[in-house]
Amino acid sequence: MTLDLTPEETTAIWLTLRVALVAVAASLPVAILVAWILARCRFPGIVFFDALVHLPLTLPPVVTGFLLLLVFGRRAPVGAFLAEHFGLVFSFRWTGAALAAAVMGFPLFVRAVRLSIEAVDRRLEDAASTLGAPRVLVALTVTLPLILPGILAGGVLAFARAMGEFGATVTFVSNIPGETQTIASAIYTYTQVPGGDGPALRLTLISVVLSLGALVLSELLARRTRRAIGQTRR
Amino acid sequence: MRLEVDVRHLQGAFRLDAAFASDAAVTALFGPSGSGKTTLVNVLAGLIRPSEGRVMLDGEALFDAARRIDVPVHRRGIGYVFQEARLFPHLSVRSNLGYGRRMAALAGRRGEADEFDRVVALLGIAALLDRKPAGLSGGEAQRVAIGRALLARPRLLLMDEPLAALDVARKAEILPYLEAVAAETRVPIVYVSHSVPEVVRLAGTVVAMDHGRVVACGPADAVIGGLDATASDDAGAVLDAVVAGEEADGLTRLDTNAGPLLVPAVGRPLGARLRLLVRARDVLVASEPPHGLSALNVLPATVTAIGAPHGASVEVMLSAGTATLHARLTRRAVEMLDLAPGRPCFAIIKASTLAGDGGPPASPSPIADA
Repeated sequence: MTLDLTPEETTAIWLTLRVALVAVAASLPVAILVAWILARCRFPGIVFFDALVHLPLTLPPVVTGFLLLLVFGRRAPVGAFLAEHFGLVFSFRWTGAALAAAVMGFPLFVRAVRLSIEAVDRRLEDAASTLGAPRVLVALTVTLPLILPGILAGGVLAFARAMGEFGATVTFVSNIPGETQTIASAIYTYTQVPGGDGPALRLTLISVVLSLGALVLSELLARRTRRAIGQTRR
Repeated sequence: MRLEVDVRHLQGAFRLDAAFASDAAVTALFGPSGSGKTTLVNVLAGLIRPSEGRVMLDGEALFDAARRIDVPVHRRGIGYVFQEARLFPHLSVRSNLGYGRRMAALAGRRGEADEFDRVVALLGIAALLDRKPAGLSGGEAQRVAIGRALLARPRLLLMDEPLAALDVARKAEILPYLEAVAAETRVPIVYVSHSVPEVVRLAGTVVAMDHGRVVACGPADAVIGGLDATASDDAGAVLDAVVAGEEADGLTRLDTNAGPLLVPAVGRPLGARLRLLVRARDVLVASEPPHGLSALNVLPATVTAIGAPHGASVEVMLSAGTATLHARLTRRAVEMLDLAPGRPCFAIIKASTLAGDGGPPASPSPIADA
């Protein structure tokens, strides 16, 4: 077996990377915001909000995909609004795959960031206030740098989850080669046809290498960041 | 600077009900742990919002429940040195020091150009500038924390037991820097401590607290002298002293307001003014001039008052020179010597603690030895 990839396979790989990266980048600010709310705010209904954020983790992915279809589909209320006013179409597009991947990885992202926010020594924030920093600047200059390792860890988890997303993606945006066919759905397709074992195996290998690479890279980055912010170990 | 505080605050089962006013360069909040000192400084800083009352600094209300005024922490201009240094671990020492300045610059205020170098020199931290806080010793970190607070150009500097987390040697290392800060920067300081020697050494006005209330407020010698010597090992008399001479055997002669005293070398020039803490437990009383005694310091005195007995102990007040000495004796000894107000006697001082410069020192030496 050689690693001579067919154009379809190459397309699936690049599409997967793009979908996963866009999913992580787009959910980053929202994940930090939601993690901040969960870690720092106390209001009635926070338990319900917490459960809602974690829902994609426990729901069958097919259900999440179907819900996305109901909300962001071409004729669905939100989907139609976004398409009309912003030209943003999700259904049967790679953007939809990114949305599905983002939603599925969101709870993992939020969890990691939230844990790191809860671990921040709030006395440092008090110290920053007494030095004349308003709350927003305390958050930007003290809290945010201190939670960087958590953001990084959450981002990698979300990225890995996005690369492996299958159920919600297939349900929401189907399995269209060149548009929504990621590595996972391509492997699924190949296993369904005679003689598809070779391509399936090649993509599997690539998938393992990409995931491993992402994890190693994140660990290296995390070490560097921790050293930079003065944490010797966690 | 004039600081006026009158606040009430309920925190769980703890009730803070404190009122005092001070215009001293250094005001000490003094009392045992759990007496509400930290809660009170947090109220001053704005980190705790009291349920009632007001906090006034130079006539400006920082907090006034009745007028619904509560100036946010970052706009109070009050520096805070905490028990732990609380340096930002992700920033270098230089960036930590510059943090307050950067915030002031963002708000449109500029500091003097040479201020940074002056504070760095004052605290002796020039060699640490490029290090990260994780690599500093406790004493170094605390000095950086003091510099960071000073460089934010505060109108008032709060220090909450800044030496509490340090061992004795590190404490002795930092105290001279604190004195230098108090003398050279002209930033008024509120200093929290439960240590009598620290308070005597640094403070002009002492606010004594217990169980969330202010129990005494006034000049250091009056408040410390008023402590119950049967309850506290550190209670005693604060004497004003002047270095009168060096003896050949390494002792220093001091003229105090209680009489001449010999103490181990203090390393201060002739004529330097000092404050001396003479603990009540270190004072013995003799009814006749003692003979064959190793103690060097024997002062003629007169019994002025005898306190209420506490267990087997009793505190006896003596007038010596123009000062009042305190002695912690047993009730039996008081009966045996037949001590009563008006009776002449001799005060034998076993040891004394040098408590620092008295009055405004012209040029304090930051390496002065305690």
